[in-house]
Amino acid sequence: MQTQETYNDGVIRLFLYAAIFWALTGMSVGVFVAAELYWPNMNMDIPALSFSRLRPSHTFGVIFAFGVSALIGTSFYVAQRTGHTRLAFGKLAYFVFWGWQLSCVLAMITVPMGYTQSKEYAEPEWLIDILIAVVWVSYGIVFFGTLARRRIKNIYVACWYYGAFIVAVGMMHIINNLVLPISLTRSVPIYSGVVDAMVQWWYGHNAVAFILTAGFLGMMYYFVPRQAQQPLWSYRFSIVNFWALISVYMWAGAHHLMYTALPDWVQSVGMAFSIILVMPSWGSAANGLMTFNGVWDRVKKDPAAKFMVISLIFYGASTMEGSIMADKTVNSLSHYTDWTVAHVHSGSLGWVAMITIGSLYAMAPRILGRKEMHSHAAMEWHFWLHLLGTLLYVIAMWVAGVTEGLMWRASYADGTLMYSFLDSLIAIKPWYVVRALGGAFIVTGMGLMAWNMWKTTDQARSGNIAPIPVPLDDGTSHGNNSQLTGAY
Amino acid sequence: MKIPFKYFEAIEKRTWLLGILTAAFLSLGGLAEITPLFAAANSVKAPEGVKPYSAERLAGFEVYVHNGCYLCHSQMIRHLSFETQRYGAPSVAEESVYDRPMQWGSKRTGPDLARVGGKYSDDWQRQHLIDPRSVVHESNMPKYGWLEDKEVDAKTLQNRMRALRKLGAPYTDEEIENAPAKVEGKTQMDVLIAYLQGLGIDNKAPANETQDKEVNHL
Repeated sequence: MQTQETYNDGVIRLFLYAAIFWALTGMSVGVFVAAELYWPNMNMDIPALSFSRLRPSHTFGVIFAFGVSALIGTSFYVAQRTGHTRLAFGKLAYFVFWGWQLSCVLAMITVPMGYTQSKEYAEPEWLIDILIAVVWVSYGIVFFGTLARRRIKNIYVACWYYGAFIVAVGMMHIINNLVLPISLTRSVPIYSGVVDAMVQWWYGHNAVAFILTAGFLGMMYYFVPRQAQQPLWSYRFSIVNFWALISVYMWAGAHHLMYTALPDWVQSVGMAFSIILVMPSWGSAANGLMTFNGVWDRVKKDPAAKFMVISLIFYGASTMEGSIMADKTVNSLSHYTDWTVAHVHSGSLGWVAMITIGSLYAMAPRILGRKEMHSHAAMEWHFWLHLLGTLLYVIAMWVAGVTEGLMWRASYADGTLMYSFLDSLIAIKPWYVVRALGGAFIVTGMGLMAWNMWKTTDQARSGNIAPIPVPLDDGTSHGNNSQLTGAY
Repeated sequence: MKIPFKYFEAIEKRTWLLGILTAAFLSLGGLAEITPLFAAANSVKAPEGVKPYSAERLAGFEVYVHNGCYLCHSQMIRHLSFETQRYGAPSVAEESVYDRPMQWGSKRTGPDLARVGGKYSDDWQRQHLIDPRSVVHESNMPKYGWLEDKEVDAKTLQNRMRALRKLGAPYTDEEIENAPAKVEGKTQMDVLIAYLQGLGIDNKAPANETQDKEVNHL
């Protein structure tokens, strides 16, 4: 008898649990630091809890701990399912899991203690950076190794996006974090001043591009057709958008440095490419939404599909907003204000978190030996809490940001300024309360998800899950993933 | 439409080709922008007469960096008339040439600090850091009183100066040797104030450089 190969879902389950744990942790830290902006004494004179020390633990916690854990987990799922093969290098995959969790714990503890490079979104010191690099290379080996041993000839587009995410993030992480260590916990960056700013925002912008966009598009391109239970609207269109997206994004980083000491030509190139960028972005959003054509009734009944549809609308909205904000004239108003914070969160809470939550609700029962999630009602509640929280958050920060931008530039006829900086802070303070409230709704929703997931793991906890066999040559699985791509 | 798609399929069926092309397309923008910039930016020299941070101010820069001050304060005055009115002449690349990492920032929950040096007295700065709301009633800045209880780590400071010298900052042996003496008995609060009080003064570019820069009136 031939031994049957099975999918390696064990490591994916770990990533699923980790993603939910980190979402709760990272978002709770976010609500805490948001509240500190209104109640600055909330840190109770504990240095590590002050806003300036703790905020990086929120961004690291949600982007790298929550987002990337979900991305690694789903990429292992998608690579196996679309390639009809078991994960390559099983032990290395577990190393990726534990290595990544260790990196996250270390980063989120050491940075508030003051061990930070103060490079935005790349705060952890050099020892942790090396650990991250080692884990990342291992992740690349497992992912591309799995693609290499696939049984389906055509690599499905979701894996293209995951692949670009892995290659780009590895490259950027290493280049941005080149330092000269001066002790175990301290270092001096090799870049200074304007060079550092350029490298930093090439990194900062493309971390957004390749983690928060390309990575999650990988998730979208697999789980949206699966949840709609019909092929992608246009597979060809998805491929065109892929090449357009990855080649245009890298040019746009300079839009973070408009009107600064960065040379003017780079600012203009950055602005031009940021505007072009709206095309591949809307291409993917449209492709995902059109995939629901003919089955829109499913969205009414299925909370996971609800999350996905709204996430695509937020993706379209926030990429359009990003291109507008990259226009130099708009940027002169929006830069340095809370409008930037609104933009980031309509992207991260609206697009990233929602596509992730939808995908995890879709994937979880399949790897937990269940037909569906434990509670349908809890998922519905989660959806409405999350949507309400996101809207509260984003609207509050939009209003605050535009208020700041307008007050900073307002001047009398003789050219003198109308308002002091403090006037603008006083004007927007109430919105900081609304934002924190929005965050609280979102964390409550994540709490419901954690409870629901715990209930859904009953089979896993009692060890009752039978490994799922990989479909071998049975005459039906040749060629391509036609259930995803359609006939092309 | 048939023919180009055939080529896509060739990529789609080969992991190595997909990987290489992805890396190549990713590198395009970075290479096109960053290579010329690197060459140009590396030629940015410190303004005449501007020396790297003194031992005391370097220790203060460290305190600024390790506490994440950049999360709420920028140090980059843009070329916009309403910015220069509020904060002073636009920032130029030469002014941050000794900053590793740069502290331009991306968000102003508090005001820009690029030219805050000398705007307030040392006593005001100290009182403001200990309890911001005792001098600016509506402020939402955290209290940093505990900086008064922490001493400067002289050994790390010396190591930092040596590393900076390797990267091009012209520190003399004597300056590195004397660094511990310069910060002896000083708290993190003292050196942070020294750092702030030099911002926009100790690193100021000669007048003609900043004045020549065009300011946009929007």
